[in-house]
Amino acid sequence: MSHTPPFRLARGGRLIDRAFQVPFRFDGRHLRGLQGDSLASALLANGQMLMGRSFKYHRPRGPIASGAEEPNALFGLGQGGRFEPNQRATTTALLPGMMLRSQNCWPSLDADIGAVNSWLSPIFPAGFYYKTFIHPRPFWKHVFEPIIRHSAGLGRAPTDPDPDRYEQAYAHVDTVVVGGGIAGLLAAQRAADQGGSVLVLEQTAIWGGRTPVDHPGGQARIDDLLADLRGRGNVTLRRNTMATGLYDHGYLLAREALADHDPNQGIPRQRLWRIRAGHVVTATGALERPLAFACNDVPGVMLASAVRDMIVDYGVAPGQRVVVVTNNDDAYRTALIAADAGLEVSVIDARRTADGDLPQAARARNIPVLMNTGIAKVKGGRHVEGVVLCDAEGEGKATGGIDCDVVAMSGGWSPVVHLWSHCGGKLTWDEPQAMFRPNPERPPLGADGQGNVSATGAANGDLRCAGDLERAEQPTMPVWCMPRNAPYKLRSKMWLDFQNDVKVSDVELAAREGYASVEHTKRYTTLGMATDQGKVSNINGLAVLSKALNQPIPQTGTTTFRPPYTPLTLATIAADARGEAFQPLRKTPMHDWHARNGASWEPVGHWRRPYCYPKGGEDRHAAVNREILAVRRGVGTLDASTLGKILVKGPDAGRFLDMMYTNMMSTLPVGKCRYGLMCSENGFLMDDGVVVRLTEDSWLCHTTTGGADRIHGHMEDWLQCEWWDWQVYTANLTEQYAQIAIAGPKAREVLERLPGSIDLSQDALPFMTWAEGDIAGIPARVYRISFSGELSYEIAVPTSRGLELWERLHEAGRDLGITPYGTEAMHVMRAEKGFIMIGDETDGTIIPQDLGLGWAISKKKTDYLGKRAQSRSHMKDRSRWQLVGLESLDGRVIPDGAYAVDEGVNPNGQRKTQGRVTSSYHSPTLDRPIAMALVRHGTERMGQVIEFPMPSGEVLKGRICDPVFYDKEGARLNG
Amino acid sequence: MAEALATVTRVDGLGMISIRADLARAGEAIADAAGLALPDMTRITTDGSRWLGWMSPDELLLILPAQDHREAQTALEQALAGEHALVADVSDLRAVFDVIGPHADDVIAKLSPADLAAMPADGLRRSRAAQTAAGFWRVEGGFRVFGFRSTADYLHLILRNAAIPGSQLAPR
Repeated sequence: MSHTPPFRLARGGRLIDRAFQVPFRFDGRHLRGLQGDSLASALLANGQMLMGRSFKYHRPRGPIASGAEEPNALFGLGQGGRFEPNQRATTTALLPGMMLRSQNCWPSLDADIGAVNSWLSPIFPAGFYYKTFIHPRPFWKHVFEPIIRHSAGLGRAPTDPDPDRYEQAYAHVDTVVVGGGIAGLLAAQRAADQGGSVLVLEQTAIWGGRTPVDHPGGQARIDDLLADLRGRGNVTLRRNTMATGLYDHGYLLAREALADHDPNQGIPRQRLWRIRAGHVVTATGALERPLAFACNDVPGVMLASAVRDMIVDYGVAPGQRVVVVTNNDDAYRTALIAADAGLEVSVIDARRTADGDLPQAARARNIPVLMNTGIAKVKGGRHVEGVVLCDAEGEGKATGGIDCDVVAMSGGWSPVVHLWSHCGGKLTWDEPQAMFRPNPERPPLGADGQGNVSATGAANGDLRCAGDLERAEQPTMPVWCMPRNAPYKLRSKMWLDFQNDVKVSDVELAAREGYASVEHTKRYTTLGMATDQGKVSNINGLAVLSKALNQPIPQTGTTTFRPPYTPLTLATIAADARGEAFQPLRKTPMHDWHARNGASWEPVGHWRRPYCYPKGGEDRHAAVNREILAVRRGVGTLDASTLGKILVKGPDAGRFLDMMYTNMMSTLPVGKCRYGLMCSENGFLMDDGVVVRLTEDSWLCHTTTGGADRIHGHMEDWLQCEWWDWQVYTANLTEQYAQIAIAGPKAREVLERLPGSIDLSQDALPFMTWAEGDIAGIPARVYRISFSGELSYEIAVPTSRGLELWERLHEAGRDLGITPYGTEAMHVMRAEKGFIMIGDETDGTIIPQDLGLGWAISKKKTDYLGKRAQSRSHMKDRSRWQLVGLESLDGRVIPDGAYAVDEGVNPNGQRKTQGRVTSSYHSPTLDRPIAMALVRHGTERMGQVIEFPMPSGEVLKGRICDPVFYDKEGARLNG
Repeated sequence: MAEALATVTRVDGLGMISIRADLARAGEAIADAAGLALPDMTRITTDGSRWLGWMSPDELLLILPAQDHREAQTALEQALAGEHALVADVSDLRAVFDVIGPHADDVIAKLSPADLAAMPADGLRRSRAAQTAAGFWRVEGGFRVFGFRSTADYLHLILRNAAIPGSQLAPR
C-alpha cells in the first residue's frame, strides 16, 4: 500500500516565514526547515514522520501532539556541554545549525534491534520485571539490575559542563495569570481592572493559545486583548515562561527561556522565577485525549488538534489523506481545516448523531461523515496505511476500510489541572463532559484559609471559552475503548501510554491482579511514568481501570499531580550557584596569605581553614609533623579568627552565663579567662570555649568555629523566649576580630620583639588572664590561653588589621623559625594534652561527665541548662562509656571511629561493643600513636587491653591509659 | 555590548556601631548622640554622611565615616551611661557595596526575596543575597548593600553576576 509522507503545503503557516530557510541536521542528515518551524514541523515538512522509538518495545513512533504533552518525538539536542536529552520536538523552536539525535534506538532509528522486544510483547506484560527478576536472588544485583540500568532511561545525560549562564529572580505580584490564551488574557483584563499588579505567563513564544487556530477571527480578538493589556501600567506580559509548580503561600515557580534560541549572546539562557502571588489564576487550557483503538500508536496517528496545528501554524500536512476519528464536535475543525488545505478528508464519529454547527459545516463541504463508527484497527507498521472500520458499539468486526496516511483522533479534552492540584486543590468529575475539572468549592488555600487559586477557561472545564467566537456544539460521548466491546486481541494493541508502552490490556491485567489503587496501578504498569508524566495517558488509563474494577471514574480518582509541569534542567535550578558562586566561601583576613603560602585547605562550615602548609614536596602528614615540632620546640602561629566571639552584657549577664555554662562565670574576676562547657537542655555537651570577663557587666564568650552562629542563636532564643525580663544584650562580634594564636616556648620572645603597650611577662600576664593595649601599633587584646599546652597567647585585633599583625609576627620571629600551623597540628597537639574537641569526643549523646570534665561543672549553682537532665538515671549510669587514653600495642594508629568489641553478640547477631575511638593520631612529639576513646567503665580499667577488629579481619589492640599523654604537670604552659 | 544593569563598587572607609537598648526609653538619647533622627521600624535615617538604621526592636546600627567613629562611640556610651545598653564597634564586621545603575532594582531582585516595590524610600531590609546574609537600603541611583566581611568576595561576585549586561528583568 503506498502512502503519502508528510509534506509542506504550498501555502499557509501563520508562524513560519517562507523567505528564510533554516538548515539543520537530523542523525547526520542535512535538512532544511523554515524560520518559525518547531522541530516537529520541520521534520514533517521533510517527510520525516518517524521520530522516535517507544521505551519498552522500541516500536516506531511519530509525534502525536503539538505541545508540551508530546510523549514520542523526543531528541537529544545540541553537542558537548549544550547537549540536552529528551527535548520535545513539538515545543522546541528550530534554529540554524541545530543537531538532532534520535534516542532509545540502536544502531539507528530506522533499524532498531531493540524492536525485537515488540515481537516478544506477549511475554512482557505489566509487572514483568517484578515477576521475573525475583529469582534466583543473587541475579538481581549481578545480572538483571545492570542490564535494566543499561537499557533504562531515554536520553543520555550530557557529559560536559554546561557552558551557559542561568539565573533566578524574585517577583511579588497581586495576581499571576498562568496561560496566555484567550481565557488567560480575559482574566488578566478582569484582574487589572481591580487595580493590583498582574503578571501573565505564557509558556510558548506566541500569545493566544488555541484561539487563532480554532476560531475564524480569533487572532484579531487576541490582538485586541493584547493591545489593551499592553496599554495598562499594572500588567506585565511574559512569554516563554512556563509555570512549573505552585507551592504553599502562593509561591509559584516559573522558568523563563531567555536565550534558548541564541545561547551565545552572553545573557542567561534561562531564568527561574520565584514568585509570591497574592492570587493565581490558572488559565492553562486543556489537553486533547487520544482514543484507544488497536494500533493507535502507528506513526501518523495524531491528535486531531495537532494535525490542524501543523496545517495552520506551520503549513505542514502530516499526509495527503486524513481520517478524523472523534467522539466530539471539536475534531470537525480539523476536518474543515484539512479540507481547506486541499487534503482528502473523511470523518468517523462514534456518536449516533452529530448535528452541531461544525459537523454540518463538514457535510456542507462534502466531507464524508460516518456515524456510530469506530476504528477496528490501523493498518501499517512504520506509517499509517489505512484504517479498518467497525461498529463503534460492537466487537470490532470489519465493516469497511479507508486508505489514509494520517489518523486525526480526538477522545475529548481534559483540563490542565496540574497547578491547581500541586498545592491541594481538589477535582470534581464532570460527567456530561467526561473530564476532571477543578472543584471551585475546594481550591488550594492561602495563609488566611481562603482559596488563593482560581481556574478559568478550558482549565476550568469551560471548553467553549472564546465567547461569541464559539459555535453551537453537541456533547462529547465518552469513548474509553474503541469499539466498545473490543476483544482482548484488539485491547492488547490499544496504547494508553505511548512512550512507556502501556496498553489497555496491561491496565486490565493490573486490575485482575488486585491493583485497585490508581497509584499502585501506575507504578505496576508504568502508566503515566513517562517523561510526559501522564499528560496524554492519565485520564484514559484511569477510565480503563475504573471499567475493569467496575466502579465509577471519580471513585478511582487520579494519580497525584506533582511539580514540575514540564521538566526543569538542573542548571536552571542551580542557576548562578556554580563554580566560584557555588557556595559562599568565608575567608579570614589572612586567607590570601595562607593561599600564597601553600595552605592545604580543610572546609570548616563555609570557612576554609589551612589544614597544614606543606613545603617542598612534603605530604600532609609530614607537614603536620613539622608544624607540631616547630611549635613544641620553638614557636608557631594559628589563624584562630573563625572562633566565635559573642559579647554578653548587662546587669543580668553573669546570671545568664551561669545558666548557659555548666561552670560558674558570674564569679570570674575582671581580667581573667575561664574555660566553659555549654550543654543542651537534654544535658548533652554542645559547645565549649574560653569565657573572658571584660568589665563588671560584660563578658566575651568564645565558641567553636561551627558554634559561632548557633550559640549566638541559642543565647538569643533563651533570652527572647524564656528569660525575656532579664537585662542582657548579646552581640556576635565574630567577624569584628581577627584572632591569632602564637604558641611555643619562644612565643613570648617573639611578641616582646614587637613594640607595644602590654606587659607580657609571667607576673603581669599569667595563664588564664588577658590584657588590652596595642601591639605593633595595632589595638589588641591578648589572652593567655592555650589549646596546645605550650606557652601561648591569643591576640584579637580588628579584622582589617589581622593580616598586618600576622605578617609582623612572622617578620619578628623569622630567625626563631616561627612556623604557621594548621588545624591538624592544632588537633594533634590538643590530643597530646588530652583536651577534648567538640565533634570528636562529642556527638550529641555525650555529657561532660563522660569526658572526665566533672571539674568544670559547678556544684554550687542551683541550675544551669542541662543540670536536671544530667541527674536522670541514664545519665548517672555508671556503665556509660568514659573518656580514656589508648596506647597502641603494636605501634600502629588505631583508626578513628573503630569499635572495641566485647564478649557475646546482640539480638541482631552482631558482636557486642564496649567502646570506640574518638580521636587518633600519630604523635610526632612522642613519636608514637596516641588515641582517645570512650570505653565502658573506662576510668576504672587503666592498663587493660581492648580489641578493635578491622574490616580486614586483623585485630588491633589498645591499652587503656590516662588521656593526657604529654606534660601532665602543665609545666610547659609557662614556657 | 549592552551596559551592565548596575555597577557594583566596594565601599570602604565606613565605621559602624551596633547599639542595643530599650529604644522606647533610650531612643532619643541615642538619636541625639548619633546626630540623626531615630528611625521607625524597618527604616533608616540619614543626613547624607551618616545613617542610623533600625535593625530589630532593640537594636540600631550607626554607619558613619570611619574617622568620626571613635568620637561617636564615646558620645553614645556617655548618652547611655546608666542605661542597660550595649554599644559595640562593628566597623570591621561587614563589607559594603554600592549597586548603582538604571536596573539596580533588578540586581537586588535576582538575589533577595524582599519585595522591593513594598520597600519605602527610607526602608532598610535585612534579608539575604542568594546564600549569604545581606541587607540594603536605597541610595541615589541604586542600593547600598551590606553583608558579612568573610563573604565579601562571594557577595561581590554574585552582585556582579546578577548585573551582567542584557539581563534586565523587564519582559522582552
